Amino acid sequence: MKLDQDAKYQDSHEWARKEGDLIVVGISDHAQDSLSDIVYVELPVIDDEIDKGDVFGVVESVKAASDMYMPVSGEIVEVNDALEDTPEVVNSDPFGEGWFIKVKPTNLDAEWDNLMDVDAYVASIEG
Amino acid sequence: MYESLLFEISSPGRTACSLPDLDVPEAELPSEFLRQEAVNLPEISELDLVRHYVRLSQKNYSVDSVFYPLGSCTMKYNPKVNEVAAAMPKFTATHPLQPEETVQGNLQLMYELQEAIKEIAGFADVSLQPAAGAHGEFAGVLIMRAYHLSRGDTQRNNMLIPDSAHGTNPASCAMSGFSVQQIPSDERGNIDLDALRAACNETTVGLMLTNPNTLGLFEENIEEIAKIVHDAGGLIYGDGANLNAMMGVARPGDLGIDVMHFNLHKTFSTPHGGGGPGSGPVGVVEKLRPFQPGPIVAKDGDSYTLKMPEQSIGAVKSFWGNFGVLLRAYTYIRMLGEDGLRLATEDAVLNANYLRVKVGKTCPVKYDRVCMHEFVSMGDIAEGIHTMDIAKRLIDYGFHPPTVYFPLIVHEALMIEPTETESKETLDAFADVLEKIAEEARENPELLHSAPHTTEVSRLDEVVAARKPVLRYKA
Repeated sequence: MKLDQDAKYQDSHEWARKEGDLIVVGISDHAQDSLSDIVYVELPVIDDEIDKGDVFGVVESVKAASDMYMPVSGEIVEVNDALEDTPEVVNSDPFGEGWFIKVKPTNLDAEWDNLMDVDAYVASIEG
Repeated sequence: MYESLLFEISSPGRTACSLPDLDVPEAELPSEFLRQEAVNLPEISELDLVRHYVRLSQKNYSVDSVFYPLGSCTMKYNPKVNEVAAAMPKFTATHPLQPEETVQGNLQLMYELQEAIKEIAGFADVSLQPAAGAHGEFAGVLIMRAYHLSRGDTQRNNMLIPDSAHGTNPASCAMSGFSVQQIPSDERGNIDLDALRAACNETTVGLMLTNPNTLGLFEENIEEIAKIVHDAGGLIYGDGANLNAMMGVARPGDLGIDVMHFNLHKTFSTPHGGGGPGSGPVGVVEKLRPFQPGPIVAKDGDSYTLKMPEQSIGAVKSFWGNFGVLLRAYTYIRMLGEDGLRLATEDAVLNANYLRVKVGKTCPVKYDRVCMHEFVSMGDIAEGIHTMDIAKRLIDYGFHPPTVYFPLIVHEALMIEPTETESKETLDAFADVLEKIAEEARENPELLHSAPHTTEVSRLDEVVAARKPVLRYKA
């Protein structure tokens, strides 16, 4: 299982990583492996404001469709349009090319520390 | 093998039907109703037509040819007497626009079917309008919304749905403008009562409950669940998909359910799946009666008439529902009678438990307690083997695969529902084949990975099919 040591995680298997003032969000290697081959990704519209814990998109594999939840509250400033034609990069590079959205956070101080670090995330999967 | 389309085998002048002699005076159609262009229908002899459809039917898997343990779908045998009744000219030659007094028999049949479902489910009234299960479910959610709004209770916009629910449940809520809150299951496969209590408040529309749930387990706390939701002012929606485990034994209305749809094509042996059309009547308790979709058949002295409920959510189907399907369900209920329906349920539960114990030795059952009409095993029984491999290999042995990867809360789910109509010999054969497949999984896993081998097309590449769909019959 691949992991990003710099990212934070939540129970529903999204990761969040700081990139300048923005937060990049994707799903973990464990999540893409459980879903198997991803065939479709639905992303939010730029400028949408979405609260932490609310659904920001849907990822669909040959096995199942799953909602994705915001790890932090904020405004969507960029979405990964490439996933529309090549959703398979979520399988091949979940922490890199397979990112989903970039968020301008609105409540980061309160929310960031509530996310799991990599060790806690690994423990939550194995537990 | 490529099967030619009817248009491709069409040859001018051939025909497969001869019209009967005219038995009414000949009349000219008014010119405005005459077609300006040819219809462009294929011209084919009867023999070519019969061969075309027989070949197509033989490519199909159906419950008339193989054991079909597709969990949550109740693929029971559809008795042929249903078709005899549905083919009676006194039904087939009627039209929904005829005056009521000329179709009293049809209306009586619909009325008696409403009454039968009311009795089976313990409800105050039933509407036969909806055209399928999910359609009935959507109508049911609209009834719940209409009820709350009629009381001026406008803040209820949140529906509670267990994590084992059918995917149609959240879809019906979204279409009705509600948000959805998922309620987790506990370690016995029941709804987590503490989570339910915490979720109930003044915004709760209600709870959508499948009982038995999609794990095939009876909700052991159903009375407590109903009390919690009702105390919060919410309603209980019953998903009727699994009524085959309760019919004639327990009545949903007595368990605290307020509104529920019935899959006539599952429980009452009418045409199913791609072979539909379906029918999904919806039943309600007394306080929801005014909001039912209509029209509904009412009895007025010795005659029958169509009536619209006072505050109806409206008509949800053209004309009066799928009448031909209602006719088959009515036949099924009348042929079995009260004792027969109960026996069907008891045998469905007995068959499922017999198979659960046998299959469980090969494919472990996630929540291994006495089940109702179905159970959920897990298919990752050897290194590198997935449920999908087992499902595909079963086809080689002449069985339709069970439902796979549902419910979502069971890893590598293999959901098996034998129904009451299968013999002990068939159940034994199925369990034996699974055991044999498990042996193959250990000794020759490639045999499973590349299955099926005996079908006209081998394993389909679902990933390519989803990512690069070819949507034409001929590329």
